[in-house]
Amino acid sequence: MTTFFDELHALFPDLIRSVEETVPDQVVVLLNGPDVTAIVRYILAAHQRRIVTVFAEDRVNAEGVFYNYYVFDRPGDPSWVILKAPIPERFPSFPSLAAELPAINWQEREIQDWFGLEAVGHPNPRRVALHDNWPDVQPLRKSFSLDTVLPPFEGERHVYRPTYGEGVFQIPVGPVHAGIIEPGHFNFAVAGEPILYLQLRMFYTHKGTEKLFESLPIHRAVFLAESISGDSAFSHGVAFCQAVERAAEIDVPTRAQFLRTILLELERIANHIADVGAIATDVGFVIANAHAGRVRELVLGLNETLTGSRVLRGMIAIGGVRRDLRPVQVEAIEKTLKVVECEFRDLVAIIQSSDSTRDRLEHTGILRPEKALTLGIVGVAGRASGIDCDIRRDHPYEAYSQLPFKVPVYRAGDVRHRMQVRIDEVGESIQIIRAALALLPDGPHRAPTQPIPRGRCALSAVEGWRGEIVHWVRIGEGNRIERCKVKDPSINNWPAVVEAVEGNIIADFPVINKSFNLSYSGTDR
Amino acid sequence: MFKILQKSFSVGSATADYPRLAPHLAEQFRGCPEFDFAAWSDARPAAEACPTGAIALHDSDGVRQVTVDYGLCIFCGECEQASIDGAVRMTQQFELAVTDRRDLILRAEYTLHPDGTHAGLQLAANCPVLEEPGKRIAEAIRNLLGRSLAIRQVDAGSCNGCELEIVALNNPVHDIERFGIHFVASPRHADMLLVTGPVTRNMELALRKTLAATPDPKVVVAVGACGISGGIFGTNYATMGGVDAVIPVDVYIPGCPPRPEALLQGILLALGRVWHRRLDSRPHRLGMRELPPPPDSMP
Repeated sequence: MTTFFDELHALFPDLIRSVEETVPDQVVVLLNGPDVTAIVRYILAAHQRRIVTVFAEDRVNAEGVFYNYYVFDRPGDPSWVILKAPIPERFPSFPSLAAELPAINWQEREIQDWFGLEAVGHPNPRRVALHDNWPDVQPLRKSFSLDTVLPPFEGERHVYRPTYGEGVFQIPVGPVHAGIIEPGHFNFAVAGEPILYLQLRMFYTHKGTEKLFESLPIHRAVFLAESISGDSAFSHGVAFCQAVERAAEIDVPTRAQFLRTILLELERIANHIADVGAIATDVGFVIANAHAGRVRELVLGLNETLTGSRVLRGMIAIGGVRRDLRPVQVEAIEKTLKVVECEFRDLVAIIQSSDSTRDRLEHTGILRPEKALTLGIVGVAGRASGIDCDIRRDHPYEAYSQLPFKVPVYRAGDVRHRMQVRIDEVGESIQIIRAALALLPDGPHRAPTQPIPRGRCALSAVEGWRGEIVHWVRIGEGNRIERCKVKDPSINNWPAVVEAVEGNIIADFPVINKSFNLSYSGTDR
Repeated sequence: MFKILQKSFSVGSATADYPRLAPHLAEQFRGCPEFDFAAWSDARPAAEACPTGAIALHDSDGVRQVTVDYGLCIFCGECEQASIDGAVRMTQQFELAVTDRRDLILRAEYTLHPDGTHAGLQLAANCPVLEEPGKRIAEAIRNLLGRSLAIRQVDAGSCNGCELEIVALNNPVHDIERFGIHFVASPRHADMLLVTGPVTRNMELALRKTLAATPDPKVVVAVGACGISGGIFGTNYATMGGVDAVIPVDVYIPGCPPRPEALLQGILLALGRVWHRRLDSRPHRLGMRELPPPPDSMP
């Protein structure tokens, strides 16, 4: 690690102002200016690191500059490298890296839309996070008030790329979809049945979440974190609490770490079971979904027994968990898991016994490993396309370092294998919970918390069931949050959907989309 | 094929018989909080702990007005934990759907003491007349016999939590189709819009258009704390607040997210209104009075 930073210093003496490790395993490299191109190229090429996220912060009032943060990690290396590049208020722009790093295409444009910092040289600098009919506002600047009432919007929401050619036409879908899912607009260009290309318009559910964090005391912000993406309520809650705990140097009791781990895995199991059933439904194999729905109810019932909420809400707290588990509740976990394991095995057997279902799932919606790597795909979708990345193993948090588990990785990248990753992970999660129960220590379930000093920052990453969730916080005055960056895995993975549907027939779109099952609310915030 | 049949036979029926039987609730399940207004001596800790501002205080001239809004409540239980005098208690009550938004709001007035505590309950008003679920649902189901209801679900900006539970309504355990209720793919086929919120600026137009595309007569049901009031997101530059800030709402279903039985109760409550409205709008075609009397037992 030290040699890495010595090298950086030696190679870029003019660019680097300081290197400091304020939080263990999180090294912040403060730069002299907004141009990070040379350093990023070097880090990516010479050290095989992966860019995790890019985000900005408005520090104009305090320091007279904006900051851009570039976060990198490397599998097997516990430390995060965070480049912190100041952008002067008078020249609100930074050189774009999106042409070389498609993985940060949307995130750079988000900075452009929300902070009014121009990504110079971006290959597609159009708006992404604000629709085209929004007035010219920069919601995440400190000078913009959360309660601002914007005038009625006028004009086009978005201009889609036109489609030309004989027999080629466009199919607009959404934002109100046919199923019970979240809103977003899909514009398909099709030549008969096959899809030529797909254009996406997201951010219909943009709720000003990141701005809202800045007005909340920390104990209320935990509940906002639970509402970022409803199916990942607990994962987002843990990601937020970990970030605050790291910033505040709160040691979470071991028992609480184990309880969090168990609940994180229960969230994964419930969602994976639902997805396996839903993928089967989208190819017309409805009986599998009926069983999946029934098995999922068992897990939700267990969630309620453990936390009082079927979707694990109101359980996570800064310093641990809100409620301890009594022995009878712990027994319920073992009992339910036994039933769920058998039932899930039967469910998988039923799906695999259906040749017509397999035929629809195999070679459908292929995301090639090279593409997945370029686009920076994470989580289930990444692991089905050869990206061997799992935060639980690469940056162990909570109790994961003490629990053995395998990370399933396939290279085929089709719907079948995205389902297979889920099937394998349900099995692994059950083993993780069993191992955690065997080791579950006694002790307090929540650490006492003190007022947190202002100005502390920390990053936290959690492998949610969908993929890597990243939160970054800066603590403000009076136990409030000054900035909270939320990165849901969905924002990484939407480009993968665009890539995977190309050349497939339009009737397969629902199943391809479901095999990714991305969160619109997590993307839009 | 044999495996599939064998599995189906071995499982049998998985459906829970709600609303005829009370649902199986875990002992730990949190419904809405209950307030002993007469015994409440200090509402400040509960109001401070409440993440959504469902418990609000207004002090002036030696009078403290306490407002409790179940339309904002996310059933987290923080008020019970924070309350030192035991006047706030979590219950397992979840059948909270109402037709009037005001029925979700409780108000009490106290004499304010200089030390910040209060006493002397002067007035407790607007106490919710929660619909008697059993009675209303029985009536609704009777009305329902021989007909069906088509629901179009609209996500106007929710976090997807409510959708999880709405999807669960279709699983074999909750099986909403046993009431002849089904979810349809287009508002043009729908009798009811089941809307989750908060309504974002970006979904406002889509929601209005969806309502316009739904044929009359129709009912609108607002789901969850965010759908009722904006919930934890409230009203800000990107959200409009609850569904009724944009379109008229007939039934409100509190919860975060409301459990499937709570959704069912709200939908069935709304059904009474589907019927009445139909009578109003097309009396000559729907001669309710001419139908044979409904059987006493429920389906």
